[in-house]
Amino acid sequence: MKAEPVLSLHNVTKEYPTTPVVRALQGVSFEVNSGELVAVVGPSGSGKSTLLHIMGTLDRPTSGEVTVAGHRISQLSDKDMSSLRAHHIGFVFQQFHLLSGYTALDNVADGLLYTGLPLGERRHLAEEALRRVGMGHRLDHVATKLSGGERQRVATARALIGNPSIVLADEPTGNLDTKSSDAIVELIEELNESGTTIVVITHNREIAEAFPRSVGLRDGRIEYDTSWSEVA
Amino acid sequence: MATTLKPSSLHPRDLGRTATVGLRTRKLRTALSALGIMIGIAAMVGVLGLSESSKSELLSQLDRLGTNLLTVEAGTGIGLGSGELPEEAAGMIAQIGPVETTTVVSAVAEAKVYRTDYIPEGQTGGISVQAVDLSLLETLAGSVEDGQWLDAATGAYPTTVLGSVAADRLGITEVTGTEQVWLGEQWFMVIGVLEEFELAPDLDRAAMVGLEAAGEYLDDDGVPTRILVRVDPDQVDAVMAVMAATANPENPEEVEVARPTDALEAKEAADDALTALFLGLGAVALLVGGVGIANVMVISVLERRSEIGLRRALGATKRHVASQFLGEALLLSGIGGVGGVLLGVAVTTGYAAIKGWNALIPPVAIVGGIGAALVIGAIAGLYPAIRAARMSPTDALRTAG
Repeated sequence: MKAEPVLSLHNVTKEYPTTPVVRALQGVSFEVNSGELVAVVGPSGSGKSTLLHIMGTLDRPTSGEVTVAGHRISQLSDKDMSSLRAHHIGFVFQQFHLLSGYTALDNVADGLLYTGLPLGERRHLAEEALRRVGMGHRLDHVATKLSGGERQRVATARALIGNPSIVLADEPTGNLDTKSSDAIVELIEELNESGTTIVVITHNREIAEAFPRSVGLRDGRIEYDTSWSEVA
Repeated sequence: MATTLKPSSLHPRDLGRTATVGLRTRKLRTALSALGIMIGIAAMVGVLGLSESSKSELLSQLDRLGTNLLTVEAGTGIGLGSGELPEEAAGMIAQIGPVETTTVVSAVAEAKVYRTDYIPEGQTGGISVQAVDLSLLETLAGSVEDGQWLDAATGAYPTTVLGSVAADRLGITEVTGTEQVWLGEQWFMVIGVLEEFELAPDLDRAAMVGLEAAGEYLDDDGVPTRILVRVDPDQVDAVMAVMAATANPENPEEVEVARPTDALEAKEAADDALTALFLGLGAVALLVGGVGIANVMVISVLERRSEIGLRRALGATKRHVASQFLGEALLLSGIGGVGGVLLGVAVTTGYAAIKGWNALIPPVAIVGGIGAALVIGAIAGLYPAIRAARMSPTDALRTAG
C-alpha cells in the first residue's frame, strides 16, 4: 500500500481579484511523498511564488484542495494554519530573512519560537541544527557578520530545527554566488539523504536537473513532472 | 496520518523577548519616543509631589503657629468711628471663657521713627510706632533675630524692638546696645530686632515699645487699636461669634475679627488652582508623547513587514504578531513612565530641599504615573498592532529585505 503523501495538491487554482483577474495557478495537482527531493522549476511569472505560498499554507487556494501532513487546508482556520506552519513546515527564503540583531544560534532557535518550547531547549536544538548544516563554528556570530552562503546555511538550519514534515525552499540560491550556490545545493541533497522531505522552488533548470524529481511550471499549469515518465 | 494539530504557542518569556527586538535594534528612536512620555509623567508627578510637599509644609506651619489666634481690630474707613477699640475691650474679651490670653497693641499715631534727629520729617520710611503688651512675641509665635525682646524693665524705659523691615529701613543690622533711634522726638535705645512675623506682617514695619514706656514718654493713652487673642483651639468659632459684641457692645459692627492663619490657607487654595493648571499641561505633554509612540509604532510596522512575514511563516498567529507590537508600545511607554516618575521624584526632592520642606510624593502619583503611561501606550500601540496582525503573510514576505 502506498503511504499517504506529505503534501498533496488537487486541482488547485488561484486567482487574484485584480482587473483583469490574474489566474496565477490553473488546476495544479501533484503529490510529494515523505523523503522526496523535488524541484519546482519555471520562468518568472509561471506561478512559482503563488504555489510556494499555497504549499506553505501562507495563502489559501481559490479552489481545489491542499493537504499538508494529513491536514486538509479547507477545513483549517487561520489559527490552525499557523499551527501547521509552526509544527510541520520549514521555510528557506531567497532573502534569508534573518533577524539582524540576533546571533546565528538565536535565529535558528526562533524556528521553534511559536511551538511554545522554552528558550533553553530551543537553543540546544538550534546548536544541533547548526552543526548539521556545517555552521557549528559560527554559533555566536551575529547574523549581519556572516557571508551570504553562511546566512543561507543558518536559514536552512532554522527550517530544519523542528524536524518538519516538509521544507519549502524559495530560490535558496537566488542571492548567492556560484560557489556558495553549489554548496547550498549540496547541503540540500545531504539533508534529503538523511530523510528530510524538501521542495525547492527555482528558475534555474541546472539545479532542477540535478535533483531526482522536477516539476515544470508554466503559466500556472504543470508542464511536466519527471515522475510521470517513471510511472509510465 | 492526520494527527491532531498542536496549536501555535508562544512562551511568555519569549513574548517579552520578541517585544524588545525593535527597541534593542533602534535604541535612539526608543529613547526619543520614551522621552515624550517621560516629560509628561515627570510634570504630573512633580506637580503632585510639590503640591503635597507644600501642603504638608503649611500644615506644620499652622501647627507651629497655632490656628487659635484671633485679631480684634477697630474697623477703619468712612463712618466707622475713631479706629480705636473701647479702652476696656481687652478686659471684657478676657472674660470670655475659652480665651486664654489677650495682648494689646496700641498704635501711637503721632510718633514717627527716624535714624537721627536730622532726617526730614516727611521721611518716615513707612515705619509705625506700636505700643505693645510684653506678651506680644509669645502670642504671635515670633522670634528675636538679634538682641532681646522687651521685659518688665525695658518696657518701662525708652527702649524699642524693631520689626525686621523697620530695622532694615533704619539701617540697623545688628544690636550692639549702643544704637539709638529718634522716636517721637526723643532718643530710644534699640534693644532687639525681630525676625519676620508669619501672622502679622504689618508689625514687621513697626518700632515696638512697651505700653508703659509709651504712656510715659509718648503720651500714648493705651487705648487698643488691635487685640491679639489666643483661645481654646476647640472653641475658636464660638469665640469668634461673640467677639465683636464683647469688644464693643455699643457698636459691634465697628469691630473686625479675623483669624490670621486663614490668609495662609487662602494662599494654599490659590496654589491648588495653579496645581490643576500644571496637571493639565502635564496631561497635554503625555498626550503628545502618546501620539509620538503611535507614530513610531506605525513606522516600525511598515519597516518590519518582512519580519512580520517571517514570523507568520514560522507559525505566529495574528494574535502573536499583535501582542508583539502591542508589547513593544507598552514597553516604550513603560520605560517613559518609570523614567518620568524618577525624574518627577528627583525634581520634587530637589525643590523641597531648596525650600527646606519635607519632600512628600503621594503614592497615587507614582502608581498613577506609571499606570497613565501604560494606558497611553496601550492606546497608541493598538492600531499599529492590529495593522501588523492583519497584514497578509504573503504580502509581507514579498517585500524585499
